[in-house]
Amino acid sequence: MAWFKKSRKPIAPSAAEKPSRVPEGLWVKCPGCAQIIYSKELETNLNVCPKCAHHFRIGSLERLKSFFDGEWTEHFANLASTDPLQFTDTKPYRGRLESSQAATGMKDAVVVGSGRMDGLHIVIAAMEYSFIGGSMGVVVGEKITRAAELALERRVPLIVVACSGGARMMEGALSLMQMAKVSAALSRLDREGVPFISVLTDPTTGGVTASFAMLGDLNIAEPMALIGFAGPRVIEQTIRQKLPEGFQRSEFLLEHGMLDLIVDRRDLKATIGRALRFMEPRPVDQGRSAGPSGHARPS
Amino acid sequence: MPPDTLEFEEPIAVLLKEVEALSMMESTPERIREIAALNRRVESIRGDLYARLTPWQRVLVARHPARPSVLDYVNRLFTEFTEIYGDRRFADDHAIVTGMARYKDQPVLVVGHHKGGRDTKQKIFRNFGYARPEGYRKALRAMRLAEKFRRPIIAFIDTPAAYPGVESEERGISEAIALNLREMFALEVPILVVVHGEGGSGGALGIAIGDRILMHEFAIYSVIPPEGCAAILWRDSNRKVEASEALKLTAPDLMAVGIIDEIVPEPIGGAHTNLDAAASLLDTALDRALRTVSAVPADERLDARYRKFRAMGSVGIIEQGA
Ligand SMILES: [Zn+2]
Repeated sequence: MAWFKKSRKPIAPSAAEKPSRVPEGLWVKCPGCAQIIYSKELETNLNVCPKCAHHFRIGSLERLKSFFDGEWTEHFANLASTDPLQFTDTKPYRGRLESSQAATGMKDAVVVGSGRMDGLHIVIAAMEYSFIGGSMGVVVGEKITRAAELALERRVPLIVVACSGGARMMEGALSLMQMAKVSAALSRLDREGVPFISVLTDPTTGGVTASFAMLGDLNIAEPMALIGFAGPRVIEQTIRQKLPEGFQRSEFLLEHGMLDLIVDRRDLKATIGRALRFMEPRPVDQGRSAGPSGHARPS
Repeated sequence: MPPDTLEFEEPIAVLLKEVEALSMMESTPERIREIAALNRRVESIRGDLYARLTPWQRVLVARHPARPSVLDYVNRLFTEFTEIYGDRRFADDHAIVTGMARYKDQPVLVVGHHKGGRDTKQKIFRNFGYARPEGYRKALRAMRLAEKFRRPIIAFIDTPAAYPGVESEERGISEAIALNLREMFALEVPILVVVHGEGGSGGALGIAIGDRILMHEFAIYSVIPPEGCAAILWRDSNRKVEASEALKLTAPDLMAVGIIDEIVPEPIGGAHTNLDAAASLLDTALDRALRTVSAVPADERLDARYRKFRAMGSVGIIEQGA
């Protein structure tokens, strides 16, 4: 690991090695503008290129740190997959799990935390792409569902930062059902008027997009993120044509009406803070008992 | 090979050819006896084969071009079917069929994928059962109609996948499926789901949230087609047979992990060999399931639906020390 590891303060009880996608070393060549950037400078800039605003992929812990005001608490950190299908392809899934766990210090591909953001109590789940492509298996589904249930119980906003290749096929139909499970929990939040903000980062595809990532009261994407249901290669094989430039990027989705807004990572916290103040219960509602009667259901 | 036989049914195909040849000749008592004997052998071999189908063989049966469609079941078990069309947003998607009907003299809403059967024109018309966003939106619109008038919903699942094309992405296939998942948990009317053919990933799940999930004996339900899984994990789509085994996509496999509630038996040789018998077997299961879920008050039913899906995956999770 690079030198910057030492400079990090522990940010959570089970804080793991930072699984950052920023290349190691003192200097980084930006794939956006080909300029050489000082790593430290990149890091203090939330891993956004100061020259061209290229967004480097960041890890889940770094993501949480960028949202919370200060201290935060991690939840459900001990949940792990049992490899329910005893799946083996060219190598056993159990081995893939173990090597991902060793590499990231995490038990699966999402971290859930609660704390304050812009002074507001919130619950956040952030996905970890370096753990088997951020894929959603039973543990990811369970943790995001529990995060939603925690937000509902505390009546605080839920934020989920998606960064995932989709369902985890090594857990078969059980992973598919996580789409349903998380959506069920979000259905309750929706009915109870508890805010849910979905943040889509590069990449957000497959079953993750076709469930919670598209169900936010606001769906906010980082610039240039790959967002889609089917992978570009699958689509190319189906239509036997080259895909148009910019297809399935944030800007493409915004243009087609599928996103509420695209926000630079450096403005994300402030933007979400403003949105959550819009979504706060009005004083007149506060005396009411919790329940659907307090909030009109969208139809 | 006769068109209805699959690659693993070759022993049957050979005998059927003999039957065909004998039937063309002049009928004699001896030939009639011979044909009857051959047919008995066909049935016996078929029984043996279908008693121990491999996962890949089940994939082939589930995808059989003569596999009954939603409309085959509707025509046999329902009356007064009135199809309704369109999502009132963009278009009518022919890959998903929906409409009002009566089942056991009770009004219900039917919704289901349709692959188009064996006719090439029909297949193209139905886009081979690959629904686009407007299909899922049509389904939700129809299901809300059922909700408004308090009619049960019966969903038939048979699709390879949601359509992976440019226009699907442009018009928000992800959002369409996601919204159905969320909203089907809020519909107060009973919802029965019948996975009778191919349960293809999110495209299947997009209309497959319900109170009872029935699955046909030889149907499949998977997070990804075995070919796709083999291409990604083995980097060789020819390893589809191994992938079909690893994915645990058969009805007994899914029953074991609590994803489905009940297996609907099929005639020996699969539903496509005897549509009437297949419909009658489904009828029994459907009637019972509808009575069961209809007897429960709406709030309890919604709660039970939540808990049912909430529990999915628990079998695969352990709590480890930090
Ligand atoms: Zn740059």
